Amino acid sequence: MKLNRRTFLGAATAASATLAAPMVKAQATPRVVVVGGGTGGATAARYLAKDSNGEIDVTLIEPTRTYYTCYFSNLYIGGFRELNSLAHSYGNLAAEYGINVVHDWAVGIDRDAKTVSLAGGGAVPYDRLVLSPGIDFVEGAIPGWDVKAQNAMPHAYKAGSQTELLKRQIEAMPEGGRFAMIAPPNPYRCPPGPYERISMVAHKLKSENPTAKILLIDPKAKFSKQALFEEGWNRHYAGMIERVGPDFGGANVSVNPATMEVDIDGTVEKVDVCNVIPAQKAGRICDMAGITEGNWAPVSGHTMQSRVDENIHVLGDATNQGDMPKSGFSANSQAKVASMAIRGALTGSRVFPAKFSNTCWSLIDTNDGVKVGATYEATDEKIAKVDGFISQTGEDAALRKATFEESVGWYAGITSDMFG
Amino acid sequence: MSVRLSALIVAALTSAAAAQEDTAPLGDTDRGADLWRLCAGCHQVGEGAKNRVGPQLNGVFGRKAAAVEDFTRYSEGIQRAGNDGLVWSFRTLDAYLENPKALVSGTNMGFRGLKDPQDRADVIAYLRIYSDNPQNIPESAPTAVPREVELAPEILAIVGDPAYGEYLSSECQTCHQRDGDNDGIPAINNWPEEDFVIAMHAYKEKIRPHPVMQMMASRLTDEEIAALAAYFGGLD
Ligand SMILES: Cc1cc2nc3c(=O)[nH]c(=O)nc-3n(C[C@H](O)[C@H](O)[C@H](O)COP(=O)(O)OP(=O)(O)OC[C@H]3O[C@@H](n4cnc5c(N)ncnc54)[C@H](O)[C@@H]3O)c2cc1C
Ligand code: HEC
Ligand code: HEC
Repeated sequence: MKLNRRTFLGAATAASATLAAPMVKAQATPRVVVVGGGTGGATAARYLAKDSNGEIDVTLIEPTRTYYTCYFSNLYIGGFRELNSLAHSYGNLAAEYGINVVHDWAVGIDRDAKTVSLAGGGAVPYDRLVLSPGIDFVEGAIPGWDVKAQNAMPHAYKAGSQTELLKRQIEAMPEGGRFAMIAPPNPYRCPPGPYERISMVAHKLKSENPTAKILLIDPKAKFSKQALFEEGWNRHYAGMIERVGPDFGGANVSVNPATMEVDIDGTVEKVDVCNVIPAQKAGRICDMAGITEGNWAPVSGHTMQSRVDENIHVLGDATNQGDMPKSGFSANSQAKVASMAIRGALTGSRVFPAKFSNTCWSLIDTNDGVKVGATYEATDEKIAKVDGFISQTGEDAALRKATFEESVGWYAGITSDMFG
Repeated sequence: MSVRLSALIVAALTSAAAAQEDTAPLGDTDRGADLWRLCAGCHQVGEGAKNRVGPQLNGVFGRKAAAVEDFTRYSEGIQRAGNDGLVWSFRTLDAYLENPKALVSGTNMGFRGLKDPQDRADVIAYLRIYSDNPQNIPESAPTAVPREVELAPEILAIVGDPAYGEYLSSECQTCHQRDGDNDGIPAINNWPEEDFVIAMHAYKEKIRPHPVMQMMASRLTDEEIAALAAYFGGLD
């Protein structure tokens, strides 16, 4: 069935007509509240509404009216995408799918009363709650940096104005100036993200400021797709990028945003742009709900239910689930499993075994795309990897171009899978 | 679902590993020379062969698809397959000649396919004469044909469950757009179910190239492939 406004309303009417008799009262329609309209939350809300044909009342709580995807935000920095091509609004989810979209912050969760309280006042009741709030930063992770310093030293790890700011700062660098990035420790959102960003910054500087230098300060000994990135950096940006790993103090860093200084294990470097990507944790609302252990919210892979409260499902970056990387692809994949499980629990629809997958593409230079991916299944302990693949070093240009074109197809696919 | 799967393609698919040891001669080159008339309207092969409607076919074994340099009219579909790593061997030629579009979507080889496995083996044996590697020596892999394997009749009889297919399809729709748009990843709606099943088995058995699709297909059971074919076959 093709879902447009007409058929959706039609189906909803048909469903309520057949169900009208046995239902005791209208309020018996089960309520699902989704907090966070990002990758996990938008997908879950859309699938719940689309597949339940009006049998579930879906509310989506998201403070912003425009969602900027983090994916492809590095390509915006590199000059391959416009910022507005990364912007998505919620109009379709409300109009086409009948989702009640509330633009507000969730500021508290009462797990006994089963309500979510809103910054603007009032509380929304739920039968099941879905939390997909993404990440927040661990306080004090990089001494000298806190969120108040994000205008001097942007993280650009939530897309939108931060990404724009970082790009402007790169454009304002003096000739031959220095860009520094402080990469985060594991686990964090989008394992190849910092390294794709280094590639895109290098691509931009190579044409606009070719004597500029890039300093990558990294607390990790190894990183995602390392061989592929290093091969690409040697090929396209020879002599431009210097990486300081933990063996040279990359894990012992502090910053001074006022003077634009970075202290690496006692050696102070002055830089022109400093992109600080601090250590991460589950979006704050998970802590407020009391469902985190350490920095993340543990979940069961079979249903994405919180291990602490079975009325709450947690998706995406905020979770501790096992082997899946924190990516948009993963959050989207988890959202579909959760929405199937929730429909099964609330409306008795059929439930199938959970299956997950992920593929992350990265762009190294024009038409030089690489990818890594895997499939996963749920075991009782975790989401466990089944099978995987990764691009190879030395691939020919035609394959790399095809890989990049595929990533453009994926972007169109996932965003229409989220927002309809 | 009414699957009229050719027994041979599935046989070739499922017996890939066995093919190494369990082999028979490639085919009858004399019969192949005779059958070549089906190809000769579009292709030339042998000394001085030129590109016609289709590319000349000298040295086709072991070559990437769509790699004849001065043939400029390759379809996007076959170029994509070549970029993904489709290389011509007995198995891939056999699949292409049986049902060109099931192996290479969007190919513009206007040929309906050779349904008889023996005909295909004979034509391939004939083409083999014009490839560099001599025939039937151990180093040249594509000289032998897998012996036919009894195909489990269950596979042919599977009726896809579209409700299960709909759930499974949600995983595909992260990349393949539901409304059939193609922005870099092909649309897969509304295929004939049997072509869909063949294409998915071809990924699963790594005859069709492409790491993402090989991985996605490799964990699907026969029932799941049938369910997906039933679901996507019903989308427009
Ligand atoms: C530079 C970069 C590149 C990336 N590239 C890729 C890529 O190529 N492929 C890929 O798959 N992934 C990529 N990612 C990762 C991807 O963006 C995330 O993994 C994904 O967005 C996670 O989805 P989520 O639903 O967990 O969180 P998000 O998408 O961040 O959504 C969280 C939402 O919750 C809202 N929210 C938070 N708290 C509250 C609250 N209290 N009340 C209401 N709403 C709240 C926020 O406003 C936000 O809209 C990239 C990330 C970065 C930073
Ligand atoms: C009506 C014309 C036509 C007929 C008949 C035809 N072909 Fe083709 N063939 C083509 C075209 C056109 C292509 C290029 C396909 C593309 O671009 O997708 C092609 C491609 C091929 C290729 C791939 C070549 C490459 O470089 O990758 C092979 C192999 C092949 N044909 C074999 C055959 C054989 C064997 C027969 C006979 C059994 C045959 N073809 C019959 C038109 C034809
Ligand atoms: C990560 C992205 C991704 C996912 C997920 C994915 N595919 Fe694909 N699929 C592709 C790409 C890319 C191609 C093109 C491959 C090629 O060039 O051969 C493709 C090709 C195909 C084709 C052949 C189309 C053609 O025109 O040749 C079929 C059929 C197919 N996929 C089915 C599926 C099914 C069924 C699923 C879900 C079980 C799925 N795909 C999941 C990316 C994906």
